Amino acid sequence: MARRYDTRTTIFSPEGRLYQVEYAMEAISHAGTSLGILATDGILLAAERRNTNKLLDEVFFSEKIYRLNDDMVCSVAGITSDANVLTNELRLIAQRYLLQYGESIPCEQLVSWLCDVKQAYTQYGGKRPFGVSILYMGWDKHYGYQLYQSDPSGNYGGWKATCIGNNSAAAVSSLKQEYKENETTLAEAQALAIKVLSKTLDMTKLTPEKVEMATLTRKDNKTIIRILTSSEVEKLIADFEKSEAEAEAAKKQLPKS
Amino acid sequence: MSNINLQCLLGIQCNDFVMIAADQTNSHSIMVMKDDEEKIYRISDKLVMGVVGDSGDTTQFAEYIAKNIQLYKMRNGYELGPTAAANFTRRNLAEYLRSSTPYFVNILLGGYDKENGPELYFMDYLASSVRVPFAAHGFGGFLSLSIMDRYHKKDLTEEQAYEILKMCVKEVHKRLFVSLPNFQVTVVNREGIKILPVIDSSAMK
Repeated sequence: MARRYDTRTTIFSPEGRLYQVEYAMEAISHAGTSLGILATDGILLAAERRNTNKLLDEVFFSEKIYRLNDDMVCSVAGITSDANVLTNELRLIAQRYLLQYGESIPCEQLVSWLCDVKQAYTQYGGKRPFGVSILYMGWDKHYGYQLYQSDPSGNYGGWKATCIGNNSAAAVSSLKQEYKENETTLAEAQALAIKVLSKTLDMTKLTPEKVEMATLTRKDNKTIIRILTSSEVEKLIADFEKSEAEAEAAKKQLPKS
Repeated sequence: MSNINLQCLLGIQCNDFVMIAADQTNSHSIMVMKDDEEKIYRISDKLVMGVVGDSGDTTQFAEYIAKNIQLYKMRNGYELGPTAAANFTRRNLAEYLRSSTPYFVNILLGGYDKENGPELYFMDYLASSVRVPFAAHGFGGFLSLSIMDRYHKKDLTEEQAYEILKMCVKEVHKRLFVSLPNFQVTVVNREGIKILPVIDSSAMK
């Protein structure tokens, strides 16, 4: 029955649903996980790297985290080829604004412009919507550090901490439990990101090859965007495992006493 | 033949304010049509633009920029700062310059930025844009620039800056072969836009 309504993006089903958009969301929930956490002194994005074949040529240092302009970075979850088209569009939008006004585009405007493009693909023209959710981190003079998420329908929202991709609902609920509003430093956020990722990725051991992380901070009136090296990620993972082992040991001791 | 250089715009920027003066003469060919024209446009709460040039072009361009900056405010919930507004204005002027319908206008843009304080931009019809502490357009500028150069200081009060403008107008009245009897004056500071008394021959006494 559904086949009558899901061959074109522009047609509602009798229940008032757009199947193609829902399928796109479904595709994303199988994709590699990305998460973002807002801290008081900065902001971070962390992403799961899926292609870890050792035969793979290391052309790209970063697979899923893209720099958009001087003040913004995004991380994607979904169909990589679709994501490339959208990041290209994001960079164009940012440069167009820079050309017109001579300053960086405010974060929400960039997200909003891209979401107009995403929405348009659910209504006319192309055969299907973009199978991509995006996390954006950035800084602007109006609202400071900001974290946004957008999905294939063209909806977007601002978050303090959020997650997209595989198992994202579980990650969001553990972020909700552990995130301390207005008192999380960037260092704590990094530790939290590793902790949540290790739970979410469903692996026995987290490795630096599997995780990408980028931070955005401000210093001397300039935005500093840094993609962490694998040794830095390794250290974060080691710290996490150490604290985890300590917690485990403390748990074992309790029943005895 | 255009009368763009027969009109005059003056501007002074100091630590706490930016002040713009514009002559009020509207002339066609050798004839003066009007001597109370308003050439200073309010663009937003803390942004003004003095425009001289072809008489239809000045109003059309100033309103086009003003409305677009208002639209930006409605869409985004915050205002465009003077730097961004100057860039936007310059870009539009540059694009129209290379079209079949260029605007023949010279502009002084004065605004107050929340973080950076007052700013003054000098723009001409060829779409050059420079941020300056003081500036002038037109033949009147040839007579005024040296006065402003001599007396401009960063820490002037609004009264002192107004006096400097009066000296400039006095020189224009005395030495310029064109009749520019009245100059309207507008100041932008932390509080917003304020209109000051017109400078004319009676103000010189």
